[in-house]
Amino acid sequence: MIDPGKSVKTSSVAEPAAVESGGRILSALLFGLAFGFLLQKGGVGKYHILIGQLLLQDFTVVKVMLTAIVVGMVGIFTLHRFAKVNLHLKPTRIVPNIIGGLIFGAGFALIGYCPGTVAAALGQGNYDGLFAMAGLIIGSYLYAEFSQPLKSSVEQWGEKGKLMLPEALRIPRPVFIPVFACVLIGVLFALDRFTVR
Amino acid sequence: MSTGTCGRALGLALGTALLPCSVGAAELAVDARQYPGPAWSPYLVGALLGVLSWLTFYFSDKPIGASAFYATVAGMLGKLFAKKHTEKLAYYKTNPPVADWEFAFVIATVGGAFLAAYSGGEITGEWLPPMWEARFGAGTFGLRALVAVLGGILMAFGARLAGGCTSGHGISGTLQLNVGSWIAVICFFVGGIAVARPLFAP
Repeated sequence: MIDPGKSVKTSSVAEPAAVESGGRILSALLFGLAFGFLLQKGGVGKYHILIGQLLLQDFTVVKVMLTAIVVGMVGIFTLHRFAKVNLHLKPTRIVPNIIGGLIFGAGFALIGYCPGTVAAALGQGNYDGLFAMAGLIIGSYLYAEFSQPLKSSVEQWGEKGKLMLPEALRIPRPVFIPVFACVLIGVLFALDRFTVR
Repeated sequence: MSTGTCGRALGLALGTALLPCSVGAAELAVDARQYPGPAWSPYLVGALLGVLSWLTFYFSDKPIGASAFYATVAGMLGKLFAKKHTEKLAYYKTNPPVADWEFAFVIATVGGAFLAAYSGGEITGEWLPPMWEARFGAGTFGLRALVAVLGGILMAFGARLAGGCTSGHGISGTLQLNVGSWIAVICFFVGGIAVARPLFAP
């Protein structure tokens, strides 16, 4: 938990290399259980629902994600305003964000699951998730193998550091967040109105 | 200054973009909607995932994320077979492969999904998803294995390069209004749509 007296705007990205305490591992297990439970109930461990989203036939994935973003955003920024939580911003790197994102997307279409939902797929009995997991492990090592040259080249292209939408658009957070929440809710209403599922 | 206009324009653009897409979906070989939908409302699940993110931030000082788990496992296996080489890699110097918070989180995700599927009578117990069989044929087990491994390699490499996945960027990063996360998640879907459509074209 964060000391409420210690008001912090953004936390350092650096992760502790030390072994995590038992209490933290226990909380990770509890939150992970809840995460998997929700993913399965939301249907996003199902191949046809994930592929259905990429085929623009089934909008379940976008509905789940946008709702999570609205609720998460309002809560996290409220907690942050009262210095109850740290933000955990990954640096914005335009070129790697785009190239990596597109490669990820290609893999997404081939597998039909993503790194979190493949765990949910396996849990509900879709054993083909094991192959995807094997590929994810190989791909991760492949990246690590080339991490040095990537770090000193592509990953520096379009480096913007920690950058948030309100700051990038020069709109104060207390204005941006409620307006953006309304926009996303509007998109959700449009999705609900115009999509079958 | 013109947030409202900007926002409304964005909403309108997204709204109109959806219309032709839903219509065009009929041309594909298989319709995803003929298979069972989610057990719970996507809005309920989304809202609860949002609440879960408050809890992980508050109690664990951690955002929800999944892809780093596979990098950790890869590093652990790497250390098993080639300890010195693995420890020398730049990625593992900054991200040592130890059983950390995210490692436990993803392992438990499998269990949570099992509980949900079991409680809802949705345990599938299958090696091929029905929609895959409808498109590529029953018993195309080898093809599925090959495509899934290849997809996994691309996905993990892309996730590491982009700095996260559909959880770390797609939920945790976007809800913190991180510019890079919004760029990445849009590219996840652009790349995904571009490859999925030809795969399922008749």
